[in-house]
Amino acid sequence: MAKITLDDLRHAYVPNPAGPDDYALKQLDVSFEDGGAYALLGPSGCGKTTLLNIISGLLAPSHGKVLFDGEDVTGLAPDQRHIAQVFQFPVVYDTMSVYDNLAFPLRNRGVAEADVDKKVREIAAMIDLEETLQNRASGLTADGKQKISLGRGLVRDDVNVIMFDEPLTVIDPHLKWQLRSKLKELHQRVKRTMIYVTHDQTEALTFADKVVVMNVGQVVQIGTPVELFETPSHEFVGHFIGSPGMNILDCEVRGGKAFFQGQEVEAANAGAVKVSDSGPLRLGVRPEFVSLADSGIEAEVVKVSDSGRYQIVETRVGDAPVKLLVNEGVEIPTGKTALSFRADRTRIYRDGWLVASGETR
Amino acid sequence: MNKLQNNKAWLFVLPVFALVAFNAIIPLMTVVNYSVQETFGNNEFFWAGVMWFEEILNSERFHASLGRQAIFTASILAIEMPLGVAIALTMPRKGPWVSVCLVLMALPLLIPWNVVGAMWNIFALPDIGFLGYTLNSLGIDFNFTRQPEDAWFTLILMDVWHWTSLVVLLAYAGLSSIPDAYYQAAKIDGAGSWAIFRYIQLPKLRRVLTIAFLLRFMDSFMIYTEPFVLTGGGPGNSTTLLSIDLVKIALGQFDLGPAAAMSLIYFLIILLLSWVFYTVMTRNEEQ
Repeated sequence: MAKITLDDLRHAYVPNPAGPDDYALKQLDVSFEDGGAYALLGPSGCGKTTLLNIISGLLAPSHGKVLFDGEDVTGLAPDQRHIAQVFQFPVVYDTMSVYDNLAFPLRNRGVAEADVDKKVREIAAMIDLEETLQNRASGLTADGKQKISLGRGLVRDDVNVIMFDEPLTVIDPHLKWQLRSKLKELHQRVKRTMIYVTHDQTEALTFADKVVVMNVGQVVQIGTPVELFETPSHEFVGHFIGSPGMNILDCEVRGGKAFFQGQEVEAANAGAVKVSDSGPLRLGVRPEFVSLADSGIEAEVVKVSDSGRYQIVETRVGDAPVKLLVNEGVEIPTGKTALSFRADRTRIYRDGWLVASGETR
Repeated sequence: MNKLQNNKAWLFVLPVFALVAFNAIIPLMTVVNYSVQETFGNNEFFWAGVMWFEEILNSERFHASLGRQAIFTASILAIEMPLGVAIALTMPRKGPWVSVCLVLMALPLLIPWNVVGAMWNIFALPDIGFLGYTLNSLGIDFNFTRQPEDAWFTLILMDVWHWTSLVVLLAYAGLSSIPDAYYQAAKIDGAGSWAIFRYIQLPKLRRVLTIAFLLRFMDSFMIYTEPFVLTGGGPGNSTTLLSIDLVKIALGQFDLGPAAAMSLIYFLIILLLSWVFYTVMTRNEEQ
């Protein structure tokens, strides 16, 4: 059990990184609290797996330190760091039984056979593998094999953190949901720190207490699922999380008021925008917080698609597309209409980042 | 099972069947034909029944060559299989040395078989060969043309030199196909290098090693060219393996009947043993 701190961490796969573009991971200072359920969320190639391998010790960072409970473990091998990892593709020892697979990490560490037996049976019961304990591991289905991988982490008492590298990739859709809730349940029982890497927002938001959103080698936001949804601190978080993502619209700010396509819009942090700063200004508002109105921003309905519970309405304001969600059954006007943005959920971003105001920070 | 029988499928197999019949079954039948007949020349043949089979199976000479063949094949398998795996394990997995190693390993396989025999013949000659001369100047009395043990030593060394590469290349290919995650998981589980070999590498190599074992078994059991050029079966009959003996009977003595019977017995032994090995080595896979 440990608190994990990444101190000024950077990593480049090329030997002599020249500029920031050479770094797969740029400048990370992140802490994972002991016993928390974290998700690392980001698109493919954003550095999630690199970060995971650095925490587990499979990869040495080119700069910075990894601390477990304040102790520098940067130079330690994976087995000395007391971590466990579940990989994207199930890793089981084919020739062994399920029992021997679960016992393997303990036997390698010289644990007495009686204790091994007790622990293996306890964990097998926890992950529902009791009935197949004597079967050969190679005969199990993909979800069974992933459970074995997880089980090999759970049998050890000394595990500081269990890491998951997109563990549901090869699992059938109807089992994904089951396994995910099993994982959540296990986390509540064992209270170990878990870090779950995924590019799937549903997986991240349902599993984690805190989500670390990454993009091109840096952390863009760390927050609870609600925070990520309601106050994205970067445009990237806005459009990566949510379906459809946040509307991001070019805007201007004059005299503490925001203007979008020449029309005035109320924004929560419009007053905080400093004219002296440079960088493009954009307005972010989620489709959930845009509604049809009798008067307001003039718009034209372009397309309506049905997603089941909602209708996704695509409109055009001037030359900018704006999406909004309307409940099922509500009549959508054709042609000209008006939109209203919920003021407390409409925010201004400069150069991608949320403009800080007293309300958000 | 109420599956619909689709007999049209046979039509698709027919061309292959015709080809195999032409290049394998028909020539084999001529051998079967010789094996049950007696001839005194003049292209006259008489029915002989299973006489030649009885004669071969009861002949001391056949037993002796079969015994030598078994010893030879068992020895080279016992050396080449572990050695091949060991070399494959030490070869680099990435970097510029990979291609160097692969080319070096492939070289012996690219040399014509009779050249291999000739090379080793000269290499091992006691008066002028590098190996023979060196051994003798170290005080070891080495002469493979006169001493049976030396002939065997040279023969096995030659085969190991020639064919271990095949096992290496197959094992290397098998090792390269093991995903990194297995090694990473093993590291995390605290497995040592022996445990990694025993529980990850060896099980993953099982299929390629089965292939390598069968190939080496069949090839070495049929080996002819290299020992023929190296020792010609001598000194005496000490390195007369089955195929060399067969050629002596068929072409040296021109005993068509016994040679044909021996060919068939030889063929059936290889077929039977290959089947036994294959069955034993793959028996655990259907799970």
